[in-house]
Amino acid sequence: MKYYDKLIFELSKEGRCGYSLPQNKFPASPEVPLQLRREAPLGLPEVSEPDVVRHYTNLSQMNFGVDTGFYPLGSCTMKYNPKINEEMAALQGFAGLHPLMHAGLVKGALKVYQEMNKALAAITGMYTFTLDPCAGAHGELTGLMIMRTYHMQRGDFKRTKVIVPDSAHGTNPASAAVCGLEVVEVKSLENGRIDVEALKPLLTDEVAGIMMTNPNTLGLFETEIKTIAKLVHEAGGLLYYDGANMNPLMGVVRPGDMGFDIMHLNLHKTFSTPHGGGGPGSGPVGVAKHLEDCIPDLRVSGFHGNFGVILRAYAYILSLGKDHLKKVGQYAVLSANYIKECLKDKYKLPIEGVCKHEFVFDGLIHDGAHDDVPGATTLDVAKRLLDYGFHAPTIYFPLLFHQALMIEPTETESKETLDAFIGVMRKIADEAAQDPMILHEAPHNTPISRPDETTAARNPILKYQDAQ
Amino acid sequence: MLDRIGVKKLEDLYSDVPAEFLKKGAYALPDAMSEQEIRDYFASLEAMNASLKVFVGQGAYDHYTPAVIPYLCSRSEFLTAYTPYQCEISQGTLRYIFEYQSMICALTGLDVSNASMYDGPTAAAEAMKMAIACTRKKTRVLLSKALLPHVIKVVETYAKFHGVEMGYLDASEGQTSLQALREELSRGDVAGVIVPSVNRYGIIEDHSGFADAIHAEKAILVEYCDPSALAVVKTPGEWGADIAVGDGQSLGLPLCYGGPYVGFMAVKKEHMRKMPGRIVGQTVDKEGRRVFVLTLQAREQHIKREKATSNICSNESLMALWVTIYLSLMGPEGLREVNRISSDGAHYLKAELLKTGKFDDVFPDKPFLKEFVLKPKAFPGLLQKRLEEAGFFAALDTEEGYVSFCVTEKRSKEETDRLVAIVKEG
Repeated sequence: MKYYDKLIFELSKEGRCGYSLPQNKFPASPEVPLQLRREAPLGLPEVSEPDVVRHYTNLSQMNFGVDTGFYPLGSCTMKYNPKINEEMAALQGFAGLHPLMHAGLVKGALKVYQEMNKALAAITGMYTFTLDPCAGAHGELTGLMIMRTYHMQRGDFKRTKVIVPDSAHGTNPASAAVCGLEVVEVKSLENGRIDVEALKPLLTDEVAGIMMTNPNTLGLFETEIKTIAKLVHEAGGLLYYDGANMNPLMGVVRPGDMGFDIMHLNLHKTFSTPHGGGGPGSGPVGVAKHLEDCIPDLRVSGFHGNFGVILRAYAYILSLGKDHLKKVGQYAVLSANYIKECLKDKYKLPIEGVCKHEFVFDGLIHDGAHDDVPGATTLDVAKRLLDYGFHAPTIYFPLLFHQALMIEPTETESKETLDAFIGVMRKIADEAAQDPMILHEAPHNTPISRPDETTAARNPILKYQDAQ
Repeated sequence: MLDRIGVKKLEDLYSDVPAEFLKKGAYALPDAMSEQEIRDYFASLEAMNASLKVFVGQGAYDHYTPAVIPYLCSRSEFLTAYTPYQCEISQGTLRYIFEYQSMICALTGLDVSNASMYDGPTAAAEAMKMAIACTRKKTRVLLSKALLPHVIKVVETYAKFHGVEMGYLDASEGQTSLQALREELSRGDVAGVIVPSVNRYGIIEDHSGFADAIHAEKAILVEYCDPSALAVVKTPGEWGADIAVGDGQSLGLPLCYGGPYVGFMAVKKEHMRKMPGRIVGQTVDKEGRRVFVLTLQAREQHIKREKATSNICSNESLMALWVTIYLSLMGPEGLREVNRISSDGAHYLKAELLKTGKFDDVFPDKPFLKEFVLKPKAFPGLLQKRLEEAGFFAALDTEEGYVSFCVTEKRSKEETDRLVAIVKEG
């Protein structure tokens, strides 16, 4: 990767353009009336097609994707994105459909929705799905709306609290707040699981439900799930499943069978659609049969969700079929446990035992601190990994540990890739023990070095015009 | 690998899962398909859809996509990257988001843009929440009845659960009523007002006096915009709006049955820290080079949890790249030309349709661009069916009993004449 310092605005030369529009054969229409007309200059760059292609190609070369290398980003399930999916989503017969076309004009698209719904229900053990939400957090919000609708339809208006474990993804409490619910936090035990005894007194008649991800964000299966489901249901609440951690359960365990009433899936994680630098995603929400009637009233996105993403995920499901599905979860869990066992003599493993798709270290065992030199932190390890051509794991999450380093390899990596990563992680641990300064100053081989984030937040420059 | 872990078989990795939860038997899924079988199957699904020339807008516009855009957006360095949390190896993503933010500010005439939202309607819902957060002790948000129907529905859904009361502004004259606005504001409980820049009838709204009336009540003015049209119509900044939202779909995104699209939001600087979503800022690295980072993250869910300004995490980054490349290629003149051709085509179609004598004009004196409504003299079902059979998606029914048309630069004069001929025949 090499540093490239242009912004598209800086390539602008008056009079250049990169478009080709048809000749206008219509008679001229009236101008926009003066009092409704834009007065300000448009302030867009004027560049040629080759300028644009070179600029964005150069920008892309400062980026790291799954196609560049190993991306063990915990909670993000950065599996390989099959290219057939892209080809199917680009088909003109789908891409050209207007969202307001009536059912008779879009029979193929509706068949995709129906079959996708059925496939997701089969994989998760839920009854039916809405495919409207555009991302995981959007799915959470939709799921919580369904939860509230269920209680309101029963005339139970006092259930305005939702229980969220302290290890939960940040989107869980944030989605609850957007949905008008009050968050009640439940603590985790030393072994990383929900404290059932601490949960019991929280289960009042004001509780709408509980949000859980299983395995949780430590990559640990919530072994008391049966008891938790029973307690929550007895208290009149519902169980919500955050599908961000669904990958290890693919082909092995179904959330519906564990007692969850509502769940979302992240098609851009578990179902191999690309993350696109932060989206578009898709966050279908599934419900148990008794909640089927709570979906229809909800309009959470403009039209029918991210159809283009749904097409990709459906191509993936068809390529797996009922047989390969069973390997997804198992291989993801195999990869994670293998890395964990090969590194736990160099990095602190706070909770022993078999993990699921991911696990969390709490920093280095020997961080190299001596005299005035501070020890290497999790941030330092992450930055040093970039030098060796790997993406960093998720860092400083979950919040249960100070030096959290959350590693999720996924099922699509070969043993050779995992071994190479393990080798580099061991080397970094040795470097830290010998001279943590190498890590403090990392990365050394990336297009840029560490940025000054404090100044960025204190004196925000948020557009090109501000920098002029 | 199993030896290293200390287990005998793959199933042992699930020894912590109660046996009753392990799925027994086969999943109710089809058999695996090879790549060729997937191609064949999708071809059969694709063939079930109609292939029509689109003469309808209503929030999804069939504008031209330059060939460069899908080509560049499919570069795997952009496509297969995650959110740019590790900025040292994400400068590509961070730079295009910075460019995107700059272009959204240029189009809207406002100070600060975020890195994108899901779509226009959810961006409007976020603006509704933001209006509540930016004002004190105000509980009500007003929506113009001239907003696109899907925008109203999504905002209502969010409002119902977020505990926001809604009010509605009359637009029976084809434009949001200033008189109705003044009456509603006089109740003193209004936090924000959402009005369309170009409305559901395709009419360019006149918002003279809106900002003054709204700001006098210490409320927030939100403009819902078609960003393509902002090349020629007065900007939210020029109207004195606090927040601009809308859908970037009209900037060259394929229709794709409704998504992925890209919502945008821009705000005045004083509301910056109440804004939802990611924001990219410029700074320097240790060597003093210009670099870009995610910034002002103290607003976001991964830091603030239930106190965050929004729950949004993943957004529509790749579609923001799409829009950025589109605006780079089109430049100011290209975007104006898109509006010129579309407006000329729409005015021509409207005049020709009125000549057939089968419609009444609804808002004869109101200025419009690419979209307009007419009142059909007869039940429109038969007409729509004949248009479909002739290869056109046009004359979409509206809630008011009108039919809606839209012309973009992708529609030729020949196509437009053919459509009119079909109408005449009926």
